[in-house]
Order: sequence, then structure tokens, then C-alpha cells
Amino acid sequence: MQARTAITVNAPSQEVYARWRNFERLPEFMYHLESVKVTGENRSHWVAKAPGGTTVEWDAEITEDEPARRISWRSLEGADVQNSGTVGFRAAPKGQGTEVHVELEYTPPGGALGAVVARLFGEEPSQQAADDLRRFKQLIETGEIARSDGSPMGSRAQNQLRQRDANPPDGADLASTRAEEVSA
Amino acid sequence: MKANCWMGALRVEVKDVPDPKILNPRDAIVRVTSTAICGSDLHIYDGYIPTMEKGDILGHEFMGEVVEVGPRAASKLKIGDRVVVPFPIACGACLPCERGLYSLCENSNPNAAVSEKLLGHPTAGIFGYSHMTGGYAGGQAEYVRVPFADVGPLKIENGLSDEQVLFLSDILPTGYMGAEMCDISPGDVVAVWGAGPVGLFAMVSAFLLGAERVIAIDRFANRLELARSQAGAETINYEDTDVNDALKEMTGGRGPDACIEAVGMEAHHGVAPISAYDKVKQAMRLETERPHALRQAITCCRSGGVVSVVGVYGGLVDKFPMGSVMNRSLTIRSGQCHVHKYMGPLLEHIEAGRIEPTFIITHRLGLDAAPDAFDMFKHKQDDCVKVVLTPGA
Repeated sequence: MQARTAITVNAPSQEVYARWRNFERLPEFMYHLESVKVTGENRSHWVAKAPGGTTVEWDAEITEDEPARRISWRSLEGADVQNSGTVGFRAAPKGQGTEVHVELEYTPPGGALGAVVARLFGEEPSQQAADDLRRFKQLIETGEIARSDGSPMGSRAQNQLRQRDANPPDGADLASTRAEEVSA
Repeated sequence: MKANCWMGALRVEVKDVPDPKILNPRDAIVRVTSTAICGSDLHIYDGYIPTMEKGDILGHEFMGEVVEVGPRAASKLKIGDRVVVPFPIACGACLPCERGLYSLCENSNPNAAVSEKLLGHPTAGIFGYSHMTGGYAGGQAEYVRVPFADVGPLKIENGLSDEQVLFLSDILPTGYMGAEMCDISPGDVVAVWGAGPVGLFAMVSAFLLGAERVIAIDRFANRLELARSQAGAETINYEDTDVNDALKEMTGGRGPDACIEAVGMEAHHGVAPISAYDKVKQAMRLETERPHALRQAITCCRSGGVVSVVGVYGGLVDKFPMGSVMNRSLTIRSGQCHVHKYMGPLLEHIEAGRIEPTFIITHRLGLDAAPDAFDMFKHKQDDCVKVVLTPGA
């Protein structure tokens, strides 16, 4: 499976690159991730949320790292999901900030785990990647992720066709929405 | 708290719902002191706006008192401030916001993907106006959460009454932008379709911007009377007059230099078969709009003129007179109002007495009366032009 998407962020490419390069904070806008731990100079350990409170995990290595230009990575032997990706940063014309171009590729495993992974990445991986980029842009440009009564957790295509009503969520609603985020 | 909730087509109910909370650091909570029903709320009421959910709190024209402020809005607002809140939600930091195109904010709509699928590119969040514009609870309520409260709310510190400043939230800036998009030069004749609140404010604004004559087109006697007496417009009742013939006669055959469409997706039409055609197609969801006023504004505009569209459209228009646009070099301009940009300057006009926005108000009711008010406003009963609701009254 492949996903490609792009967005323009109204900030200099050095800043946008640095925000992405801080892998341990990627879960702030990549909602399917539970955690990313940097384990070595070019190595990191990724844990993604899966239905039923389970997780899928992999180790990854950086294969390219050009400050303000590009970051590429791929999973290592033994990954639950074999995957690779690259994110490119280009100055947008007329000083309009930085274009962020993301390409992701992953090979779902067979069997039950394959079904879990398919749900994890959704039926439209490009849409999920686009949602991630929208939240990434929101965090850099505004310092927060836009949340409404109908979408209390922010941009998420999978929730957008079965929204809660536009009525203030109470504590229980927020908790269940968070649980739904994980199990969706 | 109490809030006016959409429960399905032609059904709103004032219900008890949870109080809003601060969700993000730049939020504020406002206790609503005055809120209005907008003509565009009737498109929701009639069931023509997609992506509504049962229970959604309506209302995008409101003002009130700040009762809670998130940590990152505290530099701009404090508890007790009296504010008018613009209907589009805008972050102030993205490229469109930097350019003053606040209704195109790229960061305020958590359901941007839905809006993008329907429109090609996403648009900003809007209070109380469906889920494609974010799924935000609206202001026909006792309290409302206001995101990016450091950017949108305009503080009112001069003792003006709620009624004098409430319409800065939407319809006054919307009417003004409708006139501004006409690039009016001294001596211009401007025709305005729809003598409802937005149309009336567009007429007042057209004169402020230098129009020599303004011509109002509607079918309700009371609204045409307001256009004459309050806005200084000449009038045409399209039910008993051929509009294009009348406009040609009034302008020596040229047609108006600019035409403002302040009607939108549920226009009425003097010619029954055409009206029936669009009504059936709209009911069957084969088109989302009944664009009679838009078609007429295009065909009536002088060659080389401007058609400025501030009436609300949600999707697809049928039988669009593109031949008239192309062959006669018309310019079409449009947009949801970039309210933030206009609030300050229009407040100055109000303070100086150049605009007195209260003349449109015909009904003042408590929030509890919202269901009756919607029904009355929809059917234009009791000469209803504008309803202001006061929670707690």
C-alpha cells in the first residue's frame, strides 16, 4: 500500500523539518501512533495502536537525513508491519512557507495481524496521512489541534461520517471519544 | 445550559445540554447576552444544508460576556470583557488569515476533509453551521465555546447597546463585503437582490462606498419599504414587474453597473414553471440550490459589470447562464464574509452614526421562543425581518 500527500505550512523549512525530526513527538499529530522512542543515532522504536487495546511495533532506521530538505526511514527485520517513508521539505514560492511532501509505503502482513494493520491504516491511507499533515500544520501554525464539539479530538477522516452532535462534550464523551480513537 | 438545537428538517427545540468547556489553550467561554437568527439558518431549518446531525446547536450571530479564558487567549481577553464574535472561526496565522481571507482559514475546521470532498478545497470552521464547517456548537445558547479567542472576538468598550453591535458578527460585514466586491465608482448604479438584513446592509454600504443609486429587488412590501425609507433605495417588486425590463428602463438601457445577490440557495421565482423545475430538482437532490436570483442578477447586469454573490450556496447550481457571463465580460465575485477584517472599521461607522444597524430588528424574544421564531421567520409572518433572541430573558 502506498500513500502520498502534501500540505503547505506557513513557517520556514528549517523549523518545519526540526518539528518532524523530533520523532518522539510525532504521536502528537499522528493519532495512530502510541509512542516513538529514539534508540540510537539513526534508530527508533515505533509502537502503533491497534484494535482491542493491542499494539503493533517495529524498529526503524533513518536512511536519509538532510536538514531542512528531507528525512527518509525504513523498518528493520522483525517488524510487525514492514514500512518505509520519506518526507520532503521545499520552500514554497513567494515566501509562502514550506511545502511538506509525504510518501509512505507499507506491506501488510498476512493473517489476523494483516486485518488489524489494514484497520489501523484505514481504507484510505492517503486520507489518514492527509489528516496527520493537517494536524502537523495546525500545531506549527497555531500551537494547538483544532477541536470542535462534533470532532473533539480534531481532524480524523474515520470519525467524520459518524460525528457526535455539535453539543458540548462532557467528560465521559471525551473519554469515550479517546477510546474510539484507539479502537477505530 | 439551554440551547436551541436542530432536531431535523423544520424542527428546532430548546434543550438542556452540557455547559461548554475550554478544550484548547486559545479558547474562551462566552455567556451569550444577544444572539440572532440568520437567513442562512433557514437553509438549515429547511433541511438543505448537508452534514447536519440531530441535536446540533444552531447560531452563528452572537455576542456576550467573557466568563472563562484559556491560558493562550489571556493576553487579549479577560473575564468580564464584552465581545462580539465573528461567525467564521479563524486562527490568524495561516496564509489566508495573513491575507485577511479569514473565512478561508486553513486551521479552524477539524472536518476539513469533508469540506474538501464537497468543495474541492476545505473552508474555515463556522459556529453552528453543520459538520462540514467543523461541527462547532453555535451561539443560540446561554454559553458558547469560542476557539482562537485571541483572534476573533471584538471588544466593545464604548457603551453601545447589544443591538447596535450584534450584527458585526455576520450580516453587517457580509452586506458591506457584498458592496465592496462591486468596486463601486462614484455615479454607479447598484442593484441588490433580496431586501432582507444582508441585502439592506449591502444597500446602506453601497451608498457609503459611493454609489449614486441603489435599486432593491424583493417581493415583500415591508422589506421594500425598509429599503426605501432606511436605505434610500429605489425598489422593484419582482412579483408584479419584469425585473430586467424595469432595470433597463431605470438605467437608460445599460443595466446596473453592479448586481449584489443577497438571496442564496432558496430563491423564489416569479415564473411558476421555472420555480417548480428547480424546486423538484432540489427536493430530489439533483441540484442543491434554487438559483433564480443569481441567474437574474447575471442576466440583468450591464455588460462588463460585476455580479457580487453573498447569498449562501452549498453545492451545485443548475442552468447557470454562463453564456451571459462569458459573452458580456461579467466578473463574478463571491465569498463567505471575512468578518474579522471588517469588524473594526464598521464599528467606527456605527460609533460615528453613519450606520444605524438596529433598523432591521422586528422581533425581540427570549431564547425559549426560538422554535416559534424560526417558524415565523421562515414564513415571513408578522412582517418578520430580523429576530434577536436574549438568553435568560
